[in-house]
Amino acid sequence: MKGKAALKTGGLIALWIVVALFLLFPFYYAVVSSFREGSAIFEASLWPANPTFANYEAVMTDQPFAKNILNSLIVAFSVVVLSLGLATFASYAFGRAKFKGRRLLLYTILGVSMFPQVAVLSGLFEIVRLFGLYNNLLSLVFSYMIFTLPFTVWVLTSFVRDLPVEIEEAAIMDGASSWTIVTKVFLPLLAPALVTTGLLAFIAAWNEFLFALSFTLTNEQRTVPVAIALISGASQYELPWGNIMAASVIVTVPLIVLVLFFQKKLVAGLTAGAVKG
Amino acid sequence: MTARSAIDKARARSAWIFVAPMLIVLALVAAWPLARTIWFSMTNATLVDLTTYDFIWFDNFIVHADGRWYGIFTDPQWLRALWNTLVFAAVSVSLELVLGVIVALIVNAALPGRGLMRAAMLVPWAIPTVVSAKIWQWMLNDQFGVVNAMLEGAGFIDGPVAWLGGSSLAMVSIIMVDVWKTTPFVALLVLAALQTLPKEIYEAAKVDGIHPVKVFFKVTLPLIKPALVVAVIFRLLDAMRMFDLVYVMTGSSEETMTLSVFARQALVSFQDVGYGSAASTGLFLIIALITVIYIMTLKPLGREKAA
Repeated sequence: MKGKAALKTGGLIALWIVVALFLLFPFYYAVVSSFREGSAIFEASLWPANPTFANYEAVMTDQPFAKNILNSLIVAFSVVVLSLGLATFASYAFGRAKFKGRRLLLYTILGVSMFPQVAVLSGLFEIVRLFGLYNNLLSLVFSYMIFTLPFTVWVLTSFVRDLPVEIEEAAIMDGASSWTIVTKVFLPLLAPALVTTGLLAFIAAWNEFLFALSFTLTNEQRTVPVAIALISGASQYELPWGNIMAASVIVTVPLIVLVLFFQKKLVAGLTAGAVKG
Repeated sequence: MTARSAIDKARARSAWIFVAPMLIVLALVAAWPLARTIWFSMTNATLVDLTTYDFIWFDNFIVHADGRWYGIFTDPQWLRALWNTLVFAAVSVSLELVLGVIVALIVNAALPGRGLMRAAMLVPWAIPTVVSAKIWQWMLNDQFGVVNAMLEGAGFIDGPVAWLGGSSLAMVSIIMVDVWKTTPFVALLVLAALQTLPKEIYEAAKVDGIHPVKVFFKVTLPLIKPALVVAVIFRLLDAMRMFDLVYVMTGSSEETMTLSVFARQALVSFQDVGYGSAASTGLFLIIALITVIYIMTLKPLGREKAA
């Protein structure tokens, strides 16, 4: 009996290792490739023979990649601040107040989160042109609201519902205004939820591709995903894979660190958005 | 007037003021552009000049002229894109669901290192889609790719395989990458559901000597079904609008082109806003239909609390 249990545990651990290898290998291989230069990159070996930083230097000097990273940071931070600001007040109303049309509104917002982005592309093109925002980062901050607002509102609303009502009611009885209640009472209580939703909004904005590809034109205005997708070599068949892998590692490592650091909160936020939503 | 109703009144008064800014932004970024896209789908507008165009009713969708049919519904490329999208969505979501449940069951075992395993599951999810597309494109490279090298080394293939070249293998590859990237996400959702299940049932089943496979189908599966339904819907809608993975890995190759890639190509590359908008509207209607079905299934699942 004991032998059987040990065998079962051994089998499970073997399965875990297989799954983990499958999940982690591609990124490991990207890291390995990014440290290989010249003809060494074409040897499909599993470790770098003579590691070099040449690809990292090349990707920063061949194109304005530092500017691309800055662009992505500016866009993602603005999107987070704007959507959290708008969603905090909305979620207070949705989570606490009973008003006509609340349920319909919430479902409409849920519907918006399922929009195919391409369905608003021509309409957004028109707005972006009208305000002269083509090839301007503001066009991205604006258009990203379509996918960050719905889920920040939904996730925050579900958090607001779970908060105790007593503190807030005491504040109302003391004659505090709704504004004071949201900013002084709710905001501190919501802080952990804001970190989670903010992080999810940040990741979504950092990764977005379709709008960034369509609303920017020049190298200097591109965000990271578009810059990486459009890295090109002398010809279509000579892509500088070393540079591409180096760029990929640069933008992914901070993201992985962030995700692993906030692991528990993120999973809670994701499941709140999906399971409760 | 009671204290409670006074509080409710105060809340209801401020509710609209608090909701309004968010609604205005959402109207500007979603409702208005969608309405304009639908409008443009009935015009012959071009990207060069969005202000001068003729209203041509449904000619972008379907029209009979000079003894021939025109419009997206008769366009072989659009129909191919529709087929590709449906195949991609159906196959990738089914695989992700089955593998997601299996991975969740494996990881749910109480062994040391479970935390590490969960961390590993978040890695593919954390990698930006464009980056995963590039990494896999490199790994699947026909001449220098590590996948061909490994398969050749193990004797599974004789010569290099053109994974992403213009054949049906390209779709298989793209589905594989999507499965790699998204299965962990499905598994995390299933894992969250598994952890809410009462342990007593499983102990009782063990005492009664019921086979674990039977326990899974008779007990576990029905209990995690609501979570699975939500996961499937979310994944399905995501898969139906697939753009970045396909665009980066195979460009506008006909073998893999999805509806989103088709619509953007017509709109931006060919500058045909009318035709591109018609293609977008078509995709929107398909997704709207799935969304309506989803929202209608929410209620029977006892999700009253959510609204």
